[in-house]
Order: sequence, then C-alpha cells, then structure tokens
Amino acid sequence: MKELIKKLTEAYGPSGHEEQVRALIQEEIAGLADEVQVDALGNLIALRQGDGQGRKVMLSAHMDEIGVMVTHVDDKGFLRFTRIGGVVPPTLPGNRVLFANGTVGVINVEKGIFDAVGKKLPPLEKFYIDVGAQDKDSVPVGVGDAAAFLREMSDLGDRVVAKAMDDRIGCAVLIETMRRLKKTPHQVAFVFSVQEEVGLRGARTSAFGLDPDVGIAVDVTGTGDCPEDRPMAVSLGKGPAIKVRDSGMLAHPGLKELMIRRAEEAGIPYQLEVLPMGSTDAMAIQVTREGVPAGCLSIPCRHIHSPSEMVDIRDVENAVRLMVTILENPIVW
Amino acid sequence: MDTVPLLKQLSETPGISGYEQAIRDLVRDSLARFADEVREDKLGNLIALKRGEGEPPHRRLMLAAHMDEIGLIVSGIEKGFLRITPVGGTDRRLLWGQKVTVHGRRDLPGIVGSRPPHVLPPDQRDKALPWEELFVDVGLPPEEVEKLVRVGDLISFRQEALELKGDLFSGKALDNRASVAALILALEALSSMRHRWDVYAVATVQEEVGLFGAMTSAYGLAPDAAIAVDVTFGRQNGVPEEESFALGKGPTIAYGPNIHPRLFEELEATAKALEVPYQVEPIPGRSGTDAWAIQVSREGIPTGLVSIPLRYMHSPVETVNLKDLERTARLLAGFVARLEPDFLASDEDFQTSGA
Amino acid sequence: MYLEPLSNAVGVSGAEDEVRRIIRDALGDHVDEMREDALGNLLVLKRGTGPEPRPRVMLAAHMDEVGMMVVGYTGDGGLKFRAVGGLDARVLAGAQVQVGPDHIPGVIGLKPIHLLERDERERIPKIESLVIEIGASSKDEAKKAVRLGERATFLTRYQELGPTATGKAFDDRAGCAVLIELLQGEPLPFDLYGAFTVQEEVGLRGARVAAYAIEPDAAFVLEGTIADDLPRKEDVSPTTALGKGPAITVMDRSFIADKRLLRLLFNTAEALGIPTQIKQPGIGGTDAGAIHITREGVPSAAVSVPCRYIHSPVAMLNLTDLQQTIQLMRAALEKWTP
Repeated sequence: MKELIKKLTEAYGPSGHEEQVRALIQEEIAGLADEVQVDALGNLIALRQGDGQGRKVMLSAHMDEIGVMVTHVDDKGFLRFTRIGGVVPPTLPGNRVLFANGTVGVINVEKGIFDAVGKKLPPLEKFYIDVGAQDKDSVPVGVGDAAAFLREMSDLGDRVVAKAMDDRIGCAVLIETMRRLKKTPHQVAFVFSVQEEVGLRGARTSAFGLDPDVGIAVDVTGTGDCPEDRPMAVSLGKGPAIKVRDSGMLAHPGLKELMIRRAEEAGIPYQLEVLPMGSTDAMAIQVTREGVPAGCLSIPCRHIHSPSEMVDIRDVENAVRLMVTILENPIVW
Repeated sequence: MDTVPLLKQLSETPGISGYEQAIRDLVRDSLARFADEVREDKLGNLIALKRGEGEPPHRRLMLAAHMDEIGLIVSGIEKGFLRITPVGGTDRRLLWGQKVTVHGRRDLPGIVGSRPPHVLPPDQRDKALPWEELFVDVGLPPEEVEKLVRVGDLISFRQEALELKGDLFSGKALDNRASVAALILALEALSSMRHRWDVYAVATVQEEVGLFGAMTSAYGLAPDAAIAVDVTFGRQNGVPEEESFALGKGPTIAYGPNIHPRLFEELEATAKALEVPYQVEPIPGRSGTDAWAIQVSREGIPTGLVSIPLRYMHSPVETVNLKDLERTARLLAGFVARLEPDFLASDEDFQTSGA
Repeated sequence: MYLEPLSNAVGVSGAEDEVRRIIRDALGDHVDEMREDALGNLLVLKRGTGPEPRPRVMLAAHMDEVGMMVVGYTGDGGLKFRAVGGLDARVLAGAQVQVGPDHIPGVIGLKPIHLLERDERERIPKIESLVIEIGASSKDEAKKAVRLGERATFLTRYQELGPTATGKAFDDRAGCAVLIELLQGEPLPFDLYGAFTVQEEVGLRGARVAAYAIEPDAAFVLEGTIADDLPRKEDVSPTTALGKGPAITVMDRSFIADKRLLRLLFNTAEALGIPTQIKQPGIGGTDAGAIHITREGVPSAAVSVPCRYIHSPVAMLNLTDLQQTIQLMRAALEKWTP
C-alpha cells in the first residue's frame, strides 16, 4: 500500500487539472472493473457489476488537491497567484510548488520571512512564487497556469506523511478495495472525482449521472490529538472514522448504523466522527435528484491542508477491510 | 382539531435535522387523518397526498413546511461531561442553564453548564461562552454515561410550551412546528372543501442545515407550483421595523425574486376574498426558507412563501400568535380551493408588475 | 446594436420585464422558438442546419442588474430599502434613482458635510440608514406611490464618449447585446440555445434551471466583467483592462473553464488577430458556475467585455472590445464541434 500511496500523493493534480492523477489511477485499476468511463467534467468512473441482487452503490474519493494559480507575471519574473481550494497562507512561505510542465517554484511573502515573522500574516496578494527566472521573458509559465505542492512522501513506519493525502489516501483505499473485492451483490461505481476542493463539483455531476441508491465518500477527517487542537473525538491509530456529521451534512442514520455494525461484526476498530469544519463529496451525493442516503468513511489525518498530512497506515488498512466487508454484505437498514 | 394541544405536542416532540424520526411519526399520524396517501421518501421527508376532484390529469401543488428543529450534538465525552457542537443555527448566547434531552441509548434529561462566572477572568464575564467551554451534564457517574451516550448522539431542547396573554404561545421549535401545525389544520379544512389540484403536503427534513429535504422532495414530486410555509421575524425589541412583522396582524405573503409574481397575486387575492389579515413581506434575495431550494429544482418551479411572524427565533422561547397560525391555515386552504386547473398553465408572459 | 436601450432599461433581479421585452422584440424574426420559464428566463432556439440528432450549444447572458428593493417607509415619506445583489453603500450616497415600474425619480442623500463631527467624515453610512426621497411628505403618500417590494435602480442614461460608452448595468446588458447579435446571424450546423437569464446577481438562479431544461453539450457565458485598470503603484495585472480585447476566464470563484473550449477560443482569436486577455483568475463568478454542474456536467467557458465601475451608477466599456467579443464568439461557434 505504501508504494501506491507514494505514487498517488506525489502526482500533480490541483482542482480542474486532474489529468495526470487520472492517468495514473487508470493504470492502477486496469483489469479491475467491468467498465471505465470519464465524464464531462473529468470524473473517472469504474463500474463493477456484482450479481445484481443488491443496491446501486456509489463510492467517491477525490483526485484533486488544493493548489495555486498564477494571476500575474511581474517585471522581474516573479509570479503572483490566487488559491485553488482551501490553501492556508501560513503554510506557504518556503514551500515549493510544481507546475504541470515540470516547472518548480518557491513561495515567499513580500519583505521576506524574517520580517514577516512575529507580525500579522499579510493577505495572499503579498505572496509570490519565485521560479528562479533571470527575467520576465524567461519565465516558463504564465497567467492561468496551476501549481500544487511539491513534496515527497516520508515513511515513518506506522505513519506516513505526504502532501495531498487529502484525498489521494481515499483514492488508495478505493483502488485497494477494488483489488481485494472478489464478490459483491451490489452494482458498485468507484468514482475518482474531480474538483472537490473547489465545491464538490465532480461528485455532484457524477452522482446525478449514476443516480445511486447509496453513496459513501472516502475522505480524510481531522483529529483532536495534537497540542491545543479543537476538541474532537478522533485520533490517529484508533481506526477509520465513521462520519456522523461534518459542517456540511449529517450522515444517513441507517447507513451510519450499518457501517458501525459491519465494523463490529468484523472486529475492525472504528471511531465516530463529528467534524466541526469541512465537508466531503458525501454532501453533494446526498442531495442528488430525489435524495441519496449518504455517509462517509474517513481516514483520520493530522495537519490537513498543509504540505505534510499524516495518516496511520493501520487506519488505512482497516478502512479497506471495512469497505470490503460493507460491499460483500447486504446494505440494508 | 384544537390548535393548542396540537401545537403543544408538535413543539415538545424532538426532531433535530437529520434525525427527525419522532416528529415524523407524530406528523404522519396527524396528516394521515386528512390525506389519501402518506409516504416517506429516501431522506425522510413525509409526503401526504390529498387528491383533487375531476378528470385526471390533475395539476400538482406542493405545500412544504419543515419539521426539523435546531439542536446540539455530542462531539466528545470527558469525565462524564458531554462536549457539544450545534446542529443548525443554535444560538450559543442563551445555552447556559438550558434544559436539554440527550438522545442516547435512552433519553436522558440534562443541563447545559459551564464554569461559574465567579471564577472567570473579568474580561470574559460578559462574552458569550465559546463551544469548548459548554458542556451538557446529565448528572450521572462517568461509567454510566459511557454506557448510555456515544459521540454523535443528538441533544434537543427540553421545554414545556406556555400559553401567554393575548393569544400568544411560546415554546421551543415553533420554528417550524407552528407552520407544520398550520399545514395540518389546512389539510383538515380542505377535507371538507372541493379542489381541483392534487395537494402534496410535505413535512420536509433538514431545512435548518441546508434546505436538503426541500431540494430532494421537490425534485421527486416535480410539482406545477409550490408554497413553502415557514416563520419570519416578529416585531420585537432590537429588530428594525422594516425587517420584522407584527404579531396578530396575520401571516406574511412574500414578494421578491424568490417568489413567482402570479403566486403572490393569487395568495393576496385569496386573503382579501376571505378577509384574512395579511402583511406583505418584501425579500430582496434569498428567503432563507425551503422556497429558495424549491424554486430552482429541475427546470424551475413557480414558488410562493407564506410565513408566521415569530419572536425570539432560534431560542427555546419562540413566540407566535395562535390567531396568525389559524389564519395561515385558512389562507392555504382557501388558496387551494380557488386554484383553477389552468392556473399558470398557459404560455402567458412572465411579468412581475401588474396582472 | 442594442446596448443603449438595454442599458437604459430597468431590470433589477426578479423584475426583468422591461429588458425581456426589448430582447423579445429584437429576436422575433431571428429565432425558431421563444419561451419564458417559471423564473422568467427568456429561452430561445435557433435550429441548426445539420442532420438530427443535433448537438446543442447554450449561450447565456443575464438580464438582471443589481439594485434596491423598497422594504419600508419613514414617518415623513421616505423609502427604506435593501440591496438586491452585491451593491456597495458607497455608490448610493448622492445617487439619483428610479423607483418601480413607473420609474418614479428619487434621490439618496446624506447628512450635510457642514454638520458632521470629525470622525463622521470617514464613515460611510450603512444601507439600513439610507433613505430614498421621492418627494412624498407622509408615510401614506409614500405608500400610495410605491408598494413594498418595488425595485429601484440608478437613473443613468447611456452615452457614448468616442471610443467608449458609459451607462448603467453593462453587467450584463453588454453580454445581452452580444448575444442578440449572435442570434441574429446565420444559423449554424448545431442547435443554438440563447438563454437570457434572470437573477444571476442573487445567486445564478435563472441559469441553473435554464441549463437543466436545455441539457446543452457545451455552454458559453457572455458577461460584462470587472475592469480594474486604474493606475496603481504595485506591479500587478489588472483584473481586465479596457481596449485589450475580450476577456476569457480560466478560473473564477464559481467555475474552472473547460480546457477544450479555452483552446478553441484562444486559437480562434489568434487566427483572426483578435486580442484577448485572461481575466485575473480567482475573481468573481458567473452563470457558468451554475451551468457547468447541471445534471451530468456541461463543459463551459466565459467570455466577457471589460467594464470599469460595474455595480455603480455609471459603468464604462470600450466599443471595440464589444465588437471584438462578437467577432470572436461568432468565429468560435463556427469552429465548434461536440
């Protein structure tokens, strides 16, 4: 699994620019689905037929990551930018970003780090990207080009750290589930969605197209186990989290109870998640057409939306086990 | 039906957004008495159909009143005390000292508490307590609490409704149980009136957390027209006159981009014909009600909005005038009875001014 | 060119009657079907010449402008109001307005500067404390003249100043003017749906239901967008600039443009020698935000005429930019394939 996670997290794919990740995932799932489609917005949909006695299930993990987009190339060759999704300014100075054409840049803020330290962080307009160009004309990117964090995965044993764990780890869980799922009564659509970070856009349109009976997103959730964290009853290493609610939606009570039941039956550790801020593809799926009972299987993750998101590999492994057992069994409540 | 016992029961029954089982069962029993069919959809919206008369096909009218209420949810358990976060727009300023019910393995009475003001630093004494400093105390030993309560359990306000002077009635969750009561009374009135359109009376879910029930039920029903029934700001101390409405002067009929002008006109004409007092509520943009979601379902649905003025919104002491509730019911029933089969059916131009 | 009557017409979100009428008259002979939907969108179809089943392209421009709504009365005959859409209180002070379908003239005044305390001179009063004066001397007189809920907008007449034009509501009467021109042209191989949408300014409302009904294979939104090209000391790009050609959106707050449509637009512009600019990414939103996530998704793009001072009483655009927007769109549509 760590190999897969490394490949996925290191790939380039800010919202709206998921081509490279999609190609990577298509390779990984070759032969594992009955049918593979790419829809109008770029969602990758892999269908597994099942033996037809069950439900139509949509699973969703998003391929896109947060990033930045160039808004201006100045006279000296420095780039100004805007955010793609929830990029958090304090995480930026000193970080490297990667553009689609391989260009690497460094982010810093006007007046430099020493002067910015201890003062209120300036707004995003005061930040810039330095691609090391000699002058304006030798800058290899332009207005409208998008970049994502550039960072290698670090293996800490039980824990791994990488950029874009949100939500390449969800993609990894889905891919691994596809590998291990031998028999299912359900018609399962594994959706690798686009543009979640900018408003759950891919989940909305793919759910409309699929019109499923049930939807389960796989995404990261925060933890309450770091110094002075906002109180939250989820910690790294205590098992995948079954979402009760987040700031965008309440999970369908029947589906939530089913997920708990399956975890308990299979002896899989789990946590119950009440997330104070943030939401997932499940929110979009739930209000599709006449409504879809929806829930979310979450991977506890520290330092979300920083370039170094940390998960516990055992939580990931248990998430796969839980997803497989959910799909192997009836989905009823 | 008697308004007071009905409203009291609706007010005191729990039903927080996403977990509306208890209120849904109560509303189902009430609506079933006056409807031809009642069913529940995938997110838990309750849909009661009362068929119109005459040759099919019948035009379809959706009446929507949300049955969910705001509340709290257990976000953590520490030494037997429950950490809480809001579900919907619960007002943190008035939580301290409120009575609640924790819906764990069984219903547990509790109190919202915090450290006493005497021990707080002076600069914090006049600020609203942040969520991290509020706890629910059920008065049981921690081991008991661990057995009975889980993270994710819902917590509702525990409040007995009160009758005040001047036809005023106060209780928790009158947003929007007052409208649900009006919907039930309207359906009761309709059971002895003749009408051509099919009426779908929908008690929607999850309005307080995003209008989700309205979105999905409107999509499923695809009605020809819809009227949402909700509450609006009652005139009270501290609220500007132009953003609030008198209690006792009848329901408001909304006007603005969220509202189809023909529906506004027809509701107004009905009120005048039946001599039901009403007030016009101008809404410049989003109405903050199910009407906002219903209007943009599918290819668009002509939508209207009738609201009951209510004081102290989102507190456990919400207050309405019972007469306004009854007037709302009369207005809705009267409107349905007057609906002609070809209302809004023609290709007439969409005009916002004048008929 | 319909920009002048469109700009002068009154059409605040939710009450777009006047604008709709002008467009109906302009298009009557040029389209095969025309209808109004449950929200008041004007939807027209120019059938394609190709064999069925024909692909569908949707072009959208919104008819509504930001403005005010009357929500109450003062004791001495003034009108209390609230903003409809994103209207800044700073452009209201000292404005001349027109109220209701009869265009009753009114003014919004402030306390005289002579009578201000020092610290008051810096503060802009909030909308809640501003009043429209129509000359009524009592609450009853005001009530008789203006109903609750009537809308009001600026009293501004269109004027051309050489290469530029000034007027109100160029966001998005400029887009409507472009769309009318495109629909008056020759038919294309595919079905061309024109959606003159309502209520964009209060949440992209009309576009959402129009796209649901039309089910297009691709969509182009035509807008009048922010031009922020006044002198600044920082070395930054303007949002867009006048005189630099149509502005193409790569990403704004509401959507990320489809890459294939972007290539079509840029390649077409280059081939014809039409200058284009990229609208500063991350700013604003358009009907494309609603259209692109309708049903199973619609590849979408937005092309805009740069306008200074939008959402104020007097906006300004460059007439060549407007012409080039029409030329670019016409050519791009001729080259579009599904």
